[in-house]
Amino acid sequence: MTTASATESKPASPAIEKVTLKVDGREVGVPKLTPDWQGKLVPTTMLQACQIAGVEVPHYCYHPKLPVAGNCRMCLVEFGLPAMGPDRKPILNEDGTPKIIRQTLPYEPGTPRGAIACATPISPGMEIYPNSPATKQMREAVLESLLINHPLDCPICDQAGECKLQEYSVEYGQSQSRFVEEKVHKPKCVDLGPRIVLDDERCILCTRCIRFSKEIVGDDALGIASRGSHNVLTHYPGKPFDNNYTLNTVDICPVGALTSKDFRFQMRVWFLKETKSVCTSCSAGCNIVIGSREGRIYRYTPRDNDAVNACWMCDYGRLNYKWIGREDRLKHVLRRTAGGKSERTTWTTALKEIGAKLKNTAANATAIVASARQTNEELYLLARLGKRLNALTDSVPRRGEPDKLLLQADRNPNSTGARLTGFLQAAAGSNLRKIAEGIQEGRIKTLIVVGEDVTKHGIDASLFSRLDLLVVSDILPNAAAAFAHYVLPGCAHTEKRGTFTNGQGRVQKFMKAVEGPEDARPEWEFLCDLVFETTGLDGLASIEGLFNQMAKETPAFSGLTWAGLGDAGVPANSLNTA
Amino acid sequence: MPSEYRLILKHADQPGYTNDLDCYLRHGGYEVLRKALSLPPRILSDGRKVSAQEQIRDEVMLSGLRGRGGAGFSCGLKWSFVDRKSGKPVYLICNADESEPGTFKDKQIIYKDPHQLLEGTILSCFANDVHLAYIYIRGEFVQGAKILNRALAEARAKEFLGKNILGSGYDLEIFVHRGAGAYICGEETGLIESLEGKRAYPRIKPPYFPAVLGLYLCPTIVNNVETLCAVKHIVAMSGAEYAKLGTPNNTGTRIVSISGHIKKPGYYEVEVGKVTLGELILDPAFGGGLREDRQLKAVIPGGSSAKVFKAGEKFKLKRRGPDGQMSTVEVGVLDLPYDFDSVQQAGSMSGSGAIIVMDDTADLTEALENIAEFYAHESCGQCTPCREGSLWMAKALHRLNHGQGRKQDADYLLHIAKHIQGRTICAFGEACAWPVLSFVSKFKDEFQAKGAADEARRSRTLTAGAGPGPDLRIAASPEV
Ligand SMILES: Cc1cc2nc3c(=O)[nH]c(=O)nc-3n(C[C@H](O)[C@H](O)[C@H](O)COP(=O)(O)O)c2cc1C
Ligand code: SF4
Ligand code: SF4
Ligand code: SF4
Ligand code: FES
Repeated sequence: MTTASATESKPASPAIEKVTLKVDGREVGVPKLTPDWQGKLVPTTMLQACQIAGVEVPHYCYHPKLPVAGNCRMCLVEFGLPAMGPDRKPILNEDGTPKIIRQTLPYEPGTPRGAIACATPISPGMEIYPNSPATKQMREAVLESLLINHPLDCPICDQAGECKLQEYSVEYGQSQSRFVEEKVHKPKCVDLGPRIVLDDERCILCTRCIRFSKEIVGDDALGIASRGSHNVLTHYPGKPFDNNYTLNTVDICPVGALTSKDFRFQMRVWFLKETKSVCTSCSAGCNIVIGSREGRIYRYTPRDNDAVNACWMCDYGRLNYKWIGREDRLKHVLRRTAGGKSERTTWTTALKEIGAKLKNTAANATAIVASARQTNEELYLLARLGKRLNALTDSVPRRGEPDKLLLQADRNPNSTGARLTGFLQAAAGSNLRKIAEGIQEGRIKTLIVVGEDVTKHGIDASLFSRLDLLVVSDILPNAAAAFAHYVLPGCAHTEKRGTFTNGQGRVQKFMKAVEGPEDARPEWEFLCDLVFETTGLDGLASIEGLFNQMAKETPAFSGLTWAGLGDAGVPANSLNTA
Repeated sequence: MPSEYRLILKHADQPGYTNDLDCYLRHGGYEVLRKALSLPPRILSDGRKVSAQEQIRDEVMLSGLRGRGGAGFSCGLKWSFVDRKSGKPVYLICNADESEPGTFKDKQIIYKDPHQLLEGTILSCFANDVHLAYIYIRGEFVQGAKILNRALAEARAKEFLGKNILGSGYDLEIFVHRGAGAYICGEETGLIESLEGKRAYPRIKPPYFPAVLGLYLCPTIVNNVETLCAVKHIVAMSGAEYAKLGTPNNTGTRIVSISGHIKKPGYYEVEVGKVTLGELILDPAFGGGLREDRQLKAVIPGGSSAKVFKAGEKFKLKRRGPDGQMSTVEVGVLDLPYDFDSVQQAGSMSGSGAIIVMDDTADLTEALENIAEFYAHESCGQCTPCREGSLWMAKALHRLNHGQGRKQDADYLLHIAKHIQGRTICAFGEACAWPVLSFVSKFKDEFQAKGAADEARRSRTLTAGAGPGPDLRIAASPEV
């Protein structure tokens, strides 16, 4: 798997020799070698040369992150090679240009010969004709073949709108099929595994899914059974297709053969709003796209980032979005009255009151527990608050079984950020007992909790009666909230902007896809207010400003800017991340 | 008088000749191997040493031997492509998958003279520094696999195989691997995948040329059974002597399988190019002529995938005269010398050396359907044009032969076939397209007539008001 270190620490690659060739009549210089799916330098292919020349060669089976299969034949292109004399020197035309021989079938000299662009290496002086009549005819014929046995059920197919068969048919196909025979019928609605449904009739047998599972995941789970036109994709008999990466096959399937049980029939893809974001289910920080419509999230899909997740994500992270739309979300700002009852209040009132109380707390009498699921900006603000109050700060470690591909043992998305912002000064969780003891012994009188249910992490609810002030902010119901003097409803990452620092120290930003429910507010926003109320510092009204301010004050982030993070993120200063 | 020239099949059909080691040894078996293994290096005038292995390779190159499996590629040249500097082991595979319809020659060797194949294989392995070789035999040859395994055991017991063969210090193991009944396992890279325990999906070339990235991605030689047997005779008689057999560029002998509408179907070993297609079909020494004095209609010259010849067809062949000058001569089908180059110049191929004869009773639309069904059944289905096209052609031909034809079906078939050849991963694409292209274009009137007759009949039933209009999607499409 591509890891940040592999991509980041790319040695200043020795200049790769260039090869000059022609694409569509235009001369282009392309590197002789190009990294393959594993990053190994191999001869550049015609398809890559065309890409460099800005010409798309339609393809199905080729995928830059998978070994080349060369089976769909969609990328066939006509090409020419310089004619060579017996002395191995190029033969020249009268005008001095090299003579090019358009390649033809060895046994039928009048018929152009195509080469599959995805697997054919370039050579100097080669001419590629990706738009010649012969190329178009080859393409058209492949498409015709792919469609003769295809069910053509686009109106009920989930892939419609992002289907390569549909796209290319419009662009390169014929409107009328010659085919008058009966189609081959194959299994439909096959339960391939717990998360995937297969329609064998739609499958074009490109083997992308097979190669992905075998080569990327290391699970040789899928294969083809039967022969010829009756070929079907299938899983190993008696063994459902069930690894932590199965849903990636839905992404890479060029047609609607593989569908996600979670997403199928939920929404037409062209209605989905796409928002760039980051997965928060572990410290890998896979880049994702959130698909949402009218405030509801329908799916996460991976977003390319070679430094992090290539173009994959795990099923666990992908499906971990349903909690965001839960009915029992914390939606109101609450204040506990003197009588012990909870009542709704406004953000302004709550923050003013909390600020006033904090201003008057004695040093060393406060503890702050904040989740490593909070953003860099939020943790930075909390670190500042903590410093001001000389508070004991901590976070909650969250661990699980890692795997060999992406999933990390650290299931918090921002443990690194908690450290780099200075919020965490010791190992996560190492202060929780001290905090509990401090409350027990009456030294700690104020507890601020953001995004964790501390009653599950060693700070028993029975201790809360000893506190003068308990502030709880969370997204979902939290046992401590029942005892809190103030409950502040926060936002999921899908409902705000911010940055996380992943396990490899990469600072990545995410954008807002949907609104939070009712009163819920992004934590960074109200924490800014709270810091202002408590310390009198201001000037952080926007996320950009906040980030840039944080970067200025945090050695690990120095030099970074919100704008400079781009879509792919930037590594924190390595000197300061250790 | 044309006659057989039995070199490889010299003993096979002799009365009393059995396929055990003792019999082979009584007939001088393994003497060539014994000599080769003790061949001293030759010292050249410049002092350079030519090892025994290199000497054998040189002899094979000199012999002009061309592969007998189908493509007719120079054996010496193939061996010269082997990447000997990779540091990886070199493997050799004997292709005993013999599946091309009409071909039954390797079978004769395997069943009747297995030790000859082993000796040829061991020599070829020795020449190429191979220490592990496989014989990939088609699954249907159950008995053949048993015979080969017994022969291997016999050879091992007598130290013709195993560690330190005949005290020479050379080690070699050979294993028999049985296929599971798929034609595509004869295609060398499909074979290699199958041998690796995978589905026999042929590999893309580039980059997977067996000589560089073959079995387990190591350099690999794949040769046909008959080719490897020829190597034994080349080492025995020298490359130059072998090259005197046959004709220039088409040297040696070849076992031809003749089947179809002839009096004496069977296998005949001949000097390549010394007999004509006509002689092979008509001469009493070979096919013996057509039955009941019927007329020749068509002949497939090199296994079912070769393009068919029409009786009476004439070809222009380039000939090099004794003075070295090139000239063009016109020859008819029956006068076509049966060698690689002539058959190729006539637009077809001698392929696996299988001649299929059809007389005037043959219905060529039916014959072609039969062939097309075979290829639709055997396509591995890896690449789009062949996977979809092979069954498409079979369905169309089935329809044409079952009362649902159309006049345009001839062109329809040509259209499909044209878009398969040259566009696929392996040569199966040509194998399934060529019969259709050649049958339909050379006998177009027959295909059109059948379609027209069907159309006329359908329109009669239609105007008579009986029955529905034409339903081209007939229910009984072949489930191949
Ligand atoms: C579809 C297909 C089937 C083939 N079947 C056979 C076969 O059954 N036996 C064989 O020797 N070669 C077969 N070949 C040819 C092999 O790929 C390969 O060229 C041959 O074994 C090389 O041996 P040779 O050089 O000694 O002829 C087949 C080729 C194709 C494309
Ligand atoms: S299911 Fe999709 S990805 Fe898999 S082989 Fe079929 S078309 Fe390709
Ligand atoms: S590996 Fe981690 S970050 Fe990536 S998708 Fe899975 S849970 Fe999310
Ligand atoms: S040409 Fe046919 S047999 Fe060969 S790889 Fe393609 S589908 Fe398989
Ligand atoms: S993209 Fe499928 S053959 Fe090239």
